[in-house]
Amino acid sequence: MTITLDAPRIVTAHPLMTLKNVSKSYGDVRAVRDASVEVFPGEVMGIVGESGSGKSTLLRMMNLEDTPDTGSYTLDLPDVQGNLFELDRFARRMLCATKIGIVYQNPHLGLLMNHSSSGNVAERLLVAGERRFSVLRDKAQIALEASEFPLERLDAPPIELSGGMQQRVQLAKAIALEPALLLLDEPTTGLDVSVQALVLDTLKRLQQDRQITMVIVSHDLGVIRTMADRVIVMRRGEIVESGLADQIFQDPQHPYTQQLVHAKL
Amino acid sequence: MSLKTLTRDWEPMSYGFLDASAKRELRRKMLKAVAVPGCQMPYASREVPMARGWGTGGLQVSLTLINPKTCVKVIDQGADDSVNAASIRSFLAKVSGAPTTLDTLKADLIQSRHRIPEEVLREDQVLVLQVPNPEPLRSVQPNMSIARQMHADADYGRMWLQLYEQIVRSGRIMQGASYPSMVNGRHVMTPSPIPRWDVPKLNMAKHLTILSAGREKRIFAVPPFTRVEPLVFDDVPYKVEDHANLTCYRSGVRGLFMNEIPQEDGSSTHEVSDSEYGVKVIRRADGDDTVLGKTWYENGEMSS
Repeated sequence: MTITLDAPRIVTAHPLMTLKNVSKSYGDVRAVRDASVEVFPGEVMGIVGESGSGKSTLLRMMNLEDTPDTGSYTLDLPDVQGNLFELDRFARRMLCATKIGIVYQNPHLGLLMNHSSSGNVAERLLVAGERRFSVLRDKAQIALEASEFPLERLDAPPIELSGGMQQRVQLAKAIALEPALLLLDEPTTGLDVSVQALVLDTLKRLQQDRQITMVIVSHDLGVIRTMADRVIVMRRGEIVESGLADQIFQDPQHPYTQQLVHAKL
Repeated sequence: MSLKTLTRDWEPMSYGFLDASAKRELRRKMLKAVAVPGCQMPYASREVPMARGWGTGGLQVSLTLINPKTCVKVIDQGADDSVNAASIRSFLAKVSGAPTTLDTLKADLIQSRHRIPEEVLREDQVLVLQVPNPEPLRSVQPNMSIARQMHADADYGRMWLQLYEQIVRSGRIMQGASYPSMVNGRHVMTPSPIPRWDVPKLNMAKHLTILSAGREKRIFAVPPFTRVEPLVFDDVPYKVEDHANLTCYRSGVRGLFMNEIPQEDGSSTHEVSDSEYGVKVIRRADGDDTVLGKTWYENGEMSS
């Protein structure tokens, strides 16, 4: 009897997102040097590194907020073609609204602080062209519910909410249109430990329920360890090491990664 | 030949107060504004003997369009006799020699603040509206550079967010004046602080409307027969003010836009906001042969 085993998914699958040879300089500072990243459907990719290592710049480019000096960016989706860095402003905005969700470290960047929370989520749908009030309201409610936001505070403006709640509103806004790719820029930094655990819990549950592909940037190895399947370590704009999360944390190869893992302990 | 033979004699003031180059610029900007309905064109707003914010934008347009035969009407909140309207009217007459009128039907040029007259305007009439804040996106995008980019991209999603917020907060759309409207299916404009009642009057109107903001230095236009659609949700219809059943206590007119006059006992009475229309109705009742024009609204319903 012969047993045939399917090749592991990671070997057969096509990457959902591919960044190739991306470099970006701000004046004399080379923020990112020749970085290539592949993210597969349904996986959680963690990016770690110290402050100024270029991880946030990389994420900003994934969200098309910033254009690199060189490099290409593709998403393997039926209606998305070509190098996304070459899109015009209009196509870029539409793509960002419908295919990519982002949660910023600072909620002021992602939210309209004085509008209602449900309105903040509805904005996403409005950008995508929804013009029915009842649909906007229902979908906003569903998204907020999915991110475990208390519904009795549906119409409270984010400025009146706690940090954890603000992050949940951002998350609801990001997932409202069921994006293919969810980007998280230090989503739990600045929250106290218990709230941080709750938000991570929500993220984890969302990831399991919806199989969302996530890229999570953090300087906190704990966050990356709980969330990520694969990890990229960045230092001074370069990717120094990448691999499965367990592999990186158990058996770091690069001296810098070793330092990082030990510094955690 | 001396230079003197080639130039005009010195005059203490040019015709219509503004100098020729200022008027030329305004004419060019008005043509541009008409060519792209609803799109805001910047212009070099000149000094006029009036404080910015009191209708200098409208005044400059009127001064440019005026000639000695133009019959001018100026209204402020529907009334011809308010201080602001009266002084603009007398200024226009003084610097141009143009005749003035209070009657909408007789006017060629109507400068207005906050209202569009109740009688239907004709092809040969021009309505000039004074605009305090020409940027409809200001409340949702305080950065004007980005707002201009949003206009260029027709990225108006956030305008609906503003309406969404009003419904969520108050149960209905609270935007009483300056109701954002889509012009010719392309540009969102603020129709100056006219009430919701007046916005449908601009849709496919026969007259030319020019909107000018003197302080903000922006001019835009609604050419004749142009679509002007107030922004609405697909499932929340546009509603004008509920004035259909109000009666003017002076003229007995019903179904037009009314001013509320609070009474001492706490109740309120109403008078028709378009004051000259009310006056004409009273004159007619007294036996004068005053001509009443067709009104946009009949019994509180917009007549098509």
